[in-house]
Amino acid sequence: MSHRMPKSERSLRQRAEKRARLTAHAGLATWGERLVPLGQFRSATAAAGRTLDSAAQEATRRDFLSHQPDPTTVEGPYSRIAVFGGVYNNHPALAALLDEVTSRSADAIYCLGDLGGFGPHPNKVRPLLEEGAVRVIQGNYEESLAANHQDCNCGYTDPRDNHFADVSYRYTAENTSLGFKRWMGTLPRRRRVLVGNRELLLVHGSPRRINEFLFASTTPVPFLEMLLDQEKADALCCTHTGLEWHRPLPSGRDAINVGVIGRPANDGRPVVRYCWLEEARGKLAVELVELAYDHRLLAQEMRREELPNEFIETILDGWWTTCLEILPARERARSRH
Amino acid sequence: MSSVSPTADQEAQSPRVELRHLDTLWFQVGGTLCNLACTHCFVSCSPTNHTHEMMRLEEVLTFLDEAASLGVKEYYFTGGEPFLNPEMEAILEHTLAYGPATVLTNGLLLDRTRSRRLAGIAEAADYSLDVRVSIDGYSAESNDPIRGSGTFDRILSGVANLTAAGLNPVLTVTEVHDENSSAYGKERFFSVLRRLGIDKPRLKILPLFPIGAEAERGTAYESWQRLRSSDAPADGWDHLQCSTSRMVTDQGVWVCPILVNEPSGKMGATLADTLRPFPLAHAACWTCHVYGVSCRT
Ligand code: SF4
Ligand code: SF4
Repeated sequence: MSHRMPKSERSLRQRAEKRARLTAHAGLATWGERLVPLGQFRSATAAAGRTLDSAAQEATRRDFLSHQPDPTTVEGPYSRIAVFGGVYNNHPALAALLDEVTSRSADAIYCLGDLGGFGPHPNKVRPLLEEGAVRVIQGNYEESLAANHQDCNCGYTDPRDNHFADVSYRYTAENTSLGFKRWMGTLPRRRRVLVGNRELLLVHGSPRRINEFLFASTTPVPFLEMLLDQEKADALCCTHTGLEWHRPLPSGRDAINVGVIGRPANDGRPVVRYCWLEEARGKLAVELVELAYDHRLLAQEMRREELPNEFIETILDGWWTTCLEILPARERARSRH
Repeated sequence: MSSVSPTADQEAQSPRVELRHLDTLWFQVGGTLCNLACTHCFVSCSPTNHTHEMMRLEEVLTFLDEAASLGVKEYYFTGGEPFLNPEMEAILEHTLAYGPATVLTNGLLLDRTRSRRLAGIAEAADYSLDVRVSIDGYSAESNDPIRGSGTFDRILSGVANLTAAGLNPVLTVTEVHDENSSAYGKERFFSVLRRLGIDKPRLKILPLFPIGAEAERGTAYESWQRLRSSDAPADGWDHLQCSTSRMVTDQGVWVCPILVNEPSGKMGATLADTLRPFPLAHAACWTCHVYGVSCRT
């Protein structure tokens, strides 16, 4: 009654099938779902596509990289400015930052976006920004809140990460006033500012996309030079990743991720970072500054608001606990979790 | 069921995708040669498939220079199996002077010595080196019928070797079993990695492409699975990887890593030749569009 083959026969057959698979392509090529003689594929391939001469190649490359001029008004010139990103509702850090840069006599203060998420009491951020006359750029968080999106659309692989991303977005969405959200919708996507004679382009993620991650280990020099060529700027300042870096470029220009003041830089210390830029004899002096603030006070408030313990832990010990998937291999290797 | 290669008419009528910027450059360094012959391989790789040959270091270097002049952001290496290529480690070492590199491997050739050398290369480099190891199930019972008998254990020992050497590979899983992408399935993969002592498990799930060997398994495309201009989302085709990437093989530059077995997917001999729009006439384009496919990490 059984139609099953005896075991030995089955494994013989499996082995024959495997051998057939391993040798299936001798002398043949796969063209779509068909097998064709190798020569046939090769000659079709040799004839396909276009081949430009070297002058045409050069022109094509130039054309391809050409870029519309940016009509953004240039602010300044200033002698020294402070630039920071990622407040993440961390109002004690914002207050500490404003104290510090005021005492250092900043000519202007810029925030590169991501005001909310993670921390407590989103509405405490706005009066501080106004008091400090901070000039703000729209981040992806502001974009989503202003558009009333229901979730942050982070789309992590790990369900745990999606859960935490969701908790943090929902808390901020529910606790941000309508007026604040509307104001977020009016923020510019980029600014340009002169420090001395150096023209800086300020963006949230990258000049191309509000949510592009520029990490130190995955943002190569030729790419940055290309962006600055296209934008006709002497320096680029961005945030979005949460990790700060500065790369002086061979062309003499600078690329800077200013980091965030909302949470520590995943290095086991509770301090946060901002960027201080100064004119120095026709050049740009770049300083990535560590900022200590009352992080215990923040942790207390987060506890009272019943924000996840995982977030509070990060504020206290400086290590990220969730959404680590965005980190490239090198940054991930340095992280604790 | 329809042929997966487009006709000239289909090409003419198809919507076109612009190359926004060349961000991601792929190299098929292993050609179509592989020490495995997985049943779902979308390029039908095998030990005897010479459709594309391995690439030499010198060829790769020429493209790296052109890529730098175009401001390429990241480099990906695939095959076949990249580590069959005797120059693979040198290729990675050179590439890492230009930008971050990711290598896609089946993990079988990652013995301790090679893993340690790779860790050394990563350590010394300016940019990040990411290793992605493919697996198709969280158990030998679900993986081996697809990748070959005994492969589950061999893949995991490759992963363990990388980990012991100090690298943290991304486990890359195709949706060959529906449950691979479910919350339950993901948890099982994470726990496989944790059992190996990996405390920072990294996982990526990719959809299947019904072309190549997968088409022979009987899951090829239906005739309605072709893109029309009216399918274009409001913000255009920018979600497709062909709007930001190209694929180099020993035979030239292709529009994307998926269409290397289609002569019509070849766009030219240099990167400059390929800086132009491409007709989305292939049935695989439908999968990319509907499933939001990206082969990147
Ligand atoms: S899927 Fe990967 S490992 Fe399997 S045959 Fe294809 S190239 Fe080789
Ligand atoms: S298969 Fe996908 S990536 Fe390739 S051309 Fe079609 S849509 Fe683009």
